[in-house]
Amino acid sequence: MTAPSRATLPGTAALAILAIIVGGAFAGLIAEGARDLPSAFAAFDPYLLRIARFTLWQALLSTVVSVLPAIFVARALSRRPDFPGRRLLLALFAVPLALPAIVAALGVLALLGRAGLVAEPLTALTGARWQGIYGLSGILIAHAFFNLPLATRLLLAALDTVPNDRWRLASQLGFSPWATFRIVEWPVLRAALPSVAGLVFMLCVTSFTIVLILGGGPRATTLEVAIYQALRFDFAPARAVALVAVQIALTLAIVLVLKRAGADLAPDANIGMTARRPSLRGWRAKIADALPILAAMLFVVAPMAAIVIAGLRADLARLAADPAVHAATVTSLKLAALAACFTLALAFCLVRARQRLEARRSGRSPGLLERAMDTGAGFVLVIPPIVVGAGWFILLRHTGNVLNYAAPMVVAVNAVMALPFALRILRPAHDAAAARYDRLSVSLGMSTLDRLRFIDWPLLRRPLATAFAFAMALSLGDLGVIALFGSDAVQTLPYLLLSRMGAYRTEDAAGIALFLALLTLILMLASEWAGRKQA
Amino acid sequence: MISGRILATALLVSATALPAAAQETLTVYTYDSFTAEWGPGPLVKEAFEADCGCTLNFVAAADGVALLNRLKLEGENTDADIVLGLDTNLTFEARESGLFAPHGISLDNITVPNGWDDDMFVPFDYGYFAFVYDTEAIETPPASFAELLDGDPEIKIVIQDPRTSTPGLGLLLWVKAIYGDGASEAWEKLSQRVLTVTPGWSEAYGLFTSGEAPMVLSYTTSPAYHQIAERTNRYQAAIFEEGHYLQVEVAAATLGGAENPLTAQFLEFMTGSGFQDAIPEHNWMFPAGPTSEPLNPVFEDAVAPEDALQLPPEEIAENRSAWIDEWLAIMSR
Repeated sequence: MTAPSRATLPGTAALAILAIIVGGAFAGLIAEGARDLPSAFAAFDPYLLRIARFTLWQALLSTVVSVLPAIFVARALSRRPDFPGRRLLLALFAVPLALPAIVAALGVLALLGRAGLVAEPLTALTGARWQGIYGLSGILIAHAFFNLPLATRLLLAALDTVPNDRWRLASQLGFSPWATFRIVEWPVLRAALPSVAGLVFMLCVTSFTIVLILGGGPRATTLEVAIYQALRFDFAPARAVALVAVQIALTLAIVLVLKRAGADLAPDANIGMTARRPSLRGWRAKIADALPILAAMLFVVAPMAAIVIAGLRADLARLAADPAVHAATVTSLKLAALAACFTLALAFCLVRARQRLEARRSGRSPGLLERAMDTGAGFVLVIPPIVVGAGWFILLRHTGNVLNYAAPMVVAVNAVMALPFALRILRPAHDAAAARYDRLSVSLGMSTLDRLRFIDWPLLRRPLATAFAFAMALSLGDLGVIALFGSDAVQTLPYLLLSRMGAYRTEDAAGIALFLALLTLILMLASEWAGRKQA
Repeated sequence: MISGRILATALLVSATALPAAAQETLTVYTYDSFTAEWGPGPLVKEAFEADCGCTLNFVAAADGVALLNRLKLEGENTDADIVLGLDTNLTFEARESGLFAPHGISLDNITVPNGWDDDMFVPFDYGYFAFVYDTEAIETPPASFAELLDGDPEIKIVIQDPRTSTPGLGLLLWVKAIYGDGASEAWEKLSQRVLTVTPGWSEAYGLFTSGEAPMVLSYTTSPAYHQIAERTNRYQAAIFEEGHYLQVEVAAATLGGAENPLTAQFLEFMTGSGFQDAIPEHNWMFPAGPTSEPLNPVFEDAVAPEDALQLPPEEIAENRSAWIDEWLAIMSR
């Protein structure tokens, strides 16, 4: 392991913060569970084997159905920078992230459920009553609803790092679309795929509400359900820790396989960051691109339309004047903005330090520290927020009123959970910029501050704005920690939504969901706008 | 450094979000729908504070299970004087924890089905689990659990998971109370009618009101909400011959709370109309004590169950995990 130098110090510090947040939680749980170790071992039974198998199986399938189509959608969007409504569509693609799972599930079911829009035509067509999408298909569709747009955005960001001259060259040489794909697009996509697939896989591994509701029964149970049960219902911290360990080990195994499958390519040294790809001409290419875009749009927009329609039925005027909604909006925005700042700081330090380490080793295989800053940091996603929350709750309980820590805990955990997203958005752009300007800035003897100001900021402003908006959207939708710490003291919008839903106020809940979706949309559009103003 | 500043700001944010403590304070841990603005909490707070000249602080957790876990975590150092919102499925475990003190008050005001005699837990409301149906989708609801089991498998129900929710566990016990050792056969039949199993009550009820399923596991008092708040008779509870499983919600003093004179005063107050008036139309349960005015007639319709089924708390505590495994084995097929 390389000793941290000045250049990698911030990154090492960021890793240490991560380790403290996660490690502290584990320490708390283990200290509490030590009295009851047999219950940790009792977790390893045939039932565990079965749910572990199902967890991985559904997550793998979900990853395939989310990421494969996303390749085509991202490519089509990249070929059509002037596609009408492209910006709005990309902003819409981030909205599912901020929606509580039950809202998304109801949106998908409004379309494909037993009483959904397609139910009657399908029943008439097949003669048998349409049974809805409950079962594995429901889980896959709902996961694709969340993750296909996410994967599309991340892959599109990767395609955006292809330098201008490449596109120009490809068109001058008269490359066929296939040759362009093979020679220009695929290398970039392939480099990004393992990490995008890994992210989606982790999100699906930890899926809980969606799996239970749309899975149609306890047949469909993930490890996350068992962890939740162990902590919430049986209160067996040792078992929860054992289950989390299994979840991490299994995910690690799969993600390593994914990594091996895709070569981690070094970014091109001749990169130009402001890719302005010319739109392809010709009606055949137009149709070939419009089809995947429209299909993805339909797939994402239809459930969202259902959410909007349900939301419009609510008494929106009353909700808009409701002080509880105001308070929750302010709290949500404050916490999410803080979390997003924290995420960006951590992500930037990690990305910078990782790239330094990579540059220094010049071709040798990456060391432990570098790996930890890359893949390692992403693994926080498979640690359920409820575990982090419960662990810290145990640690802090002797220090006075635990609720005092609600806000910092929510900020810290949300920041950490958003980190893998931010890393994936920042890293390609950062590494590409570094590859181009590292030598220049060294030869000019630029100070760190000057470099940040003249090189990093102008080049990274756009990905930073996107990462910020993503991190905020994710934190806006969080329910994990807030469920444990939250209460009257810290009420966020999703918390308010669920508590209205839990008190028969379904229409209020639908109205708040609409509000949450709009807020996310505005956030994404604003970040797009902020990023576009190139220096 | 940046992150340090952010954390500091976050701490500030949290500090300002909390109410200041007064001199004479009673702290009650309860579940969050109790303290919600539309729940009974605000009314109870106002009434009690007018009575005692003190400050009543509610601290909310997600539900009864979370409350008990929270208390176990905090142990004897807890700030709670009273824990309000445990149910009869949890009282055995709560007693075993050794964290609660005898209430020492008279329970003469308390009326709950099957009677109540306990030195530690004081009931404040009760309700029955029931299947609620949509009259626009079902003309003749099942009149008994047996009819539900043998009914048309095309008419689907939504239930909750006993591993993650109180009503889910309630259904498990309901089936046990009616069928005993024959519970697995009953579940086998019932599973034909189950559309899906949700993690909690909200998700199930959301599916029901959005029309996905015409029947859902809820409470006999659920229709009262729709009648009073939404003025619709569309949703009704199916009343079963075999009787309905009873859920009694209780409060208890913690060991530390027993030393606060306000604790006994609050428990006493809880059994009177100042507290009980807030229960029916804010917690949507039956009051366990006298109210100053008769209940809204819609609750009369809801009282129907002749038999209040219950299993002894000790038996539940001993068998819960075996019963859940049995349920899992059948429902996972």
